[in-house]
Amino acid sequence: MAERKGKYPTEPLKCWEKAKKIREDYYRNYATAHERGGLRWAGGAWSFDAIPAGLGEDVYPLTSEPYGASCAYNKPFSLRCLEATEKAGYARDLCAYMRNYWGSILLNEYVFGGPFPKPDFLWQDHICCSHAKWYQVVSELEGGIPHFCIDVAVGPETEINENKIEYIVGQMHDGIEFLERVTGRKYRDDLLIKAVKNHFRSTSTWAKVCELNKNIPAPLDEKTMYSLYVLGTLHKSSQVVADFYEELYKEVKDRVERGIAAIPNERCRVMSDTQPPWGFLGVFRYLEKFGCVSIGSLYTFGLIGAWEVDENGEWVHRKTPMERGVTINDRDSALRALAEWELHKPEWQHFYSPQLKSEMMIRIARQWKLNGVMLHYNRGCEGLSLGIAENRLALLKAGFPVMIFEGNMGDEREFDMTRTMSRIDAFMETLGMKKEFD
Amino acid sequence: MRELETFSSWVKDRHEYAKDWKKRTGGRVLGYFCTYVPEEILYAAGVLPVRVLGSHEPQNVTEPHIFGMFCPFCRDCLAQGLKGRYSYLDGLMIAQSCLHIRQAYTSWVLHIPIGFSYYLCMPHKVQSKRSYKFLRGELETFKNAVEKWTGRKIEEAALREAIQVYNENRRLMRQLFDLRKREEPPISGEEAMTISLAEQMVDKKEHNAALKELLGKLPQRKRERPTGTRLMIVGSEDDDLAFLHMVENLNKDQYPATFVIDEHCTGTRYFWNEAPEDSDPLMAIARRYIERPPCPSKDWEERKRIPHILQLARDFKVQGAIVMQQKFCDPHELDTVAIRKALEKEGIKTLFLEFDVTVPAGQFRIRVEAFLETLKQEDLF
Ligand code: SF4
Ligand code: SF4
Repeated sequence: MAERKGKYPTEPLKCWEKAKKIREDYYRNYATAHERGGLRWAGGAWSFDAIPAGLGEDVYPLTSEPYGASCAYNKPFSLRCLEATEKAGYARDLCAYMRNYWGSILLNEYVFGGPFPKPDFLWQDHICCSHAKWYQVVSELEGGIPHFCIDVAVGPETEINENKIEYIVGQMHDGIEFLERVTGRKYRDDLLIKAVKNHFRSTSTWAKVCELNKNIPAPLDEKTMYSLYVLGTLHKSSQVVADFYEELYKEVKDRVERGIAAIPNERCRVMSDTQPPWGFLGVFRYLEKFGCVSIGSLYTFGLIGAWEVDENGEWVHRKTPMERGVTINDRDSALRALAEWELHKPEWQHFYSPQLKSEMMIRIARQWKLNGVMLHYNRGCEGLSLGIAENRLALLKAGFPVMIFEGNMGDEREFDMTRTMSRIDAFMETLGMKKEFD
Repeated sequence: MRELETFSSWVKDRHEYAKDWKKRTGGRVLGYFCTYVPEEILYAAGVLPVRVLGSHEPQNVTEPHIFGMFCPFCRDCLAQGLKGRYSYLDGLMIAQSCLHIRQAYTSWVLHIPIGFSYYLCMPHKVQSKRSYKFLRGELETFKNAVEKWTGRKIEEAALREAIQVYNENRRLMRQLFDLRKREEPPISGEEAMTISLAEQMVDKKEHNAALKELLGKLPQRKRERPTGTRLMIVGSEDDDLAFLHMVENLNKDQYPATFVIDEHCTGTRYFWNEAPEDSDPLMAIARRYIERPPCPSKDWEERKRIPHILQLARDFKVQGAIVMQQKFCDPHELDTVAIRKALEKEGIKTLFLEFDVTVPAGQFRIRVEAFLETLKQEDLF
């Protein structure tokens, strides 16, 4: 095996272990919440997790997409989940995270060990066709769990108006009534306000971390970023995640200042799109053999990160309402600020038009100085694959070479590793890159 | 029956009809993608809304635009645009429903020049009391956009008249469909589907007139064939007349069967409920679309489709149900398991079929025959 030569120094992330521990604690705390008299709820990674936080400090969420991804990462377990779901009559082409998650319930096995911990209530939001329906089925499979879901599909950030905000905020208020009713607890606005502020901090700071990848060499590669952004998908409104992202930002900034690279032989920069096939992250290591680093994607940047365009047309982290001087001092102002903030989420924009996504992708490709783009035509996720063929056309038109590969983020039966590798070989050749080591 | 031919020629010659309508009236034609589009507002503006449907022919033009994991119906619709079949359209719009069909709309406006395009944010949480005010607001914005496009103010009286015309159409359709509750329905499923497809393509006033004429004769009509097994068809977009024809004409002596009711967005979901005529017209329209039998993508948190489907099954004395969906149709896949379970619990056997642009007639024929055979045996014992 040839040595990989590099012109840049590299070193592991110091906060890596901490990130790992936050994730482990999260899944354990959820499973054991009842032992401490706490509450468990389940919902999507995009749900407004700051709202149930007002029920007390012993309320633990389980977000569904990262849970589905954890199942997918464990291939034998995932296969059993998928088969259990199919046996129950559900179609094979449905969202793969959802099928893994349902399978885990049907098998009554928690991917981290023990029986599947049944949530006390379901708290979701809806923009993808599968969002609300996912939990409708969860509720049915579990024999009826109270379910509340907020419709956030009110149009792109360019069209936000009072009518749209009021619709979302009104549902949030109804949601709080629902939470009080089904848990019998008194709602605390002080905890809501704290959580909402954490939410802004987490999502803005994660974008700040991603911005640092504009540097050459990139201080982080996408495979590493997956292990970091996931914390925001788990519990973005928690103090621990908001604090961790600030610590991470300091460390990555320090890496940039010291010229520490994610990969020592960086010569070529690409981005991906949509969730990766979780059981096959080796794809990203394979790129390194060509001196190619995936610096992230609209997915890793924008699933959780909050962004805005600055006065120079640069895509930069979004300033928090606190930094903008917005007063958040009661329930309504907190909910309103939260709704407005989330309506700018990059990954919500393409639900209305692929053009909005193409514009963001082209911006990343230019500002993060990319040589090409790898698009994962992901059969497992209709939400993020929406309009992807149009994104390909737009990127090509803007002058960026594009490689596409078909796969599935959570169903390994739909991913062909060997075929993908040979596509990468051909793509690297187009970009003028040669394999440097095996 | 001559009165029925009008409807089939409208369906068959839909493009000719629209072009001719433009010539006759000097009005504009707008193509729409989903039955949540508030047609009354367009109608009040003198615009003819026509639903964009596929052609059921294999095609190879959409592959660069829509990834193959999305439903064949949305790709078939886009193909119609790319092939220039709807070149007479002055405008195009969608009301927010499923992700799949949205792509037909977004790719169409990206690649085919069109004078007016509109994405209406129809709320998904129709079960929330908040959706009424929200939709009313969105309808107001939409109305303003249509006025700007046509250069003509939509007066309240025109809106009220449009609501009346549409409500009349809905009432007549219900009257027509009520005849299918009879022991011997005077109309086949294929004919009923033709009539409901036609109403999505032609001027409602003309459709109303034709319906009235038909309703004058139909109650006395005696069909030459036995009704046989009373079937229901439930599921996603379905304008596959050929399939209905095949089932109803399989083998009339051995397996007579008639579709007596449907639950499709191309069928009953389109016309089932009226707009209340006594309130503010925009709120009346909002209420009509919010309270209509829901599309699965809007049927949460509670499942309201199921009691509705079961009620239809009882009212129309259904003996068996074909639950169909377009391939890859996530919204319906998310309902199918629960619907089949509910029907079977009610003692109604179901057959599940997945539709594509063209249906595999041979394969479907065998499965339907086997299904009808089972239902027949049940009768014996
Ligand atoms: S299909 Fe994609 S966007 Fe939709 S629920 Fe699944 S993971 Fe989320
Ligand atoms: S509801 Fe189903 S059939 Fe209709 S457009 Fe959407 S995916 Fe296609």
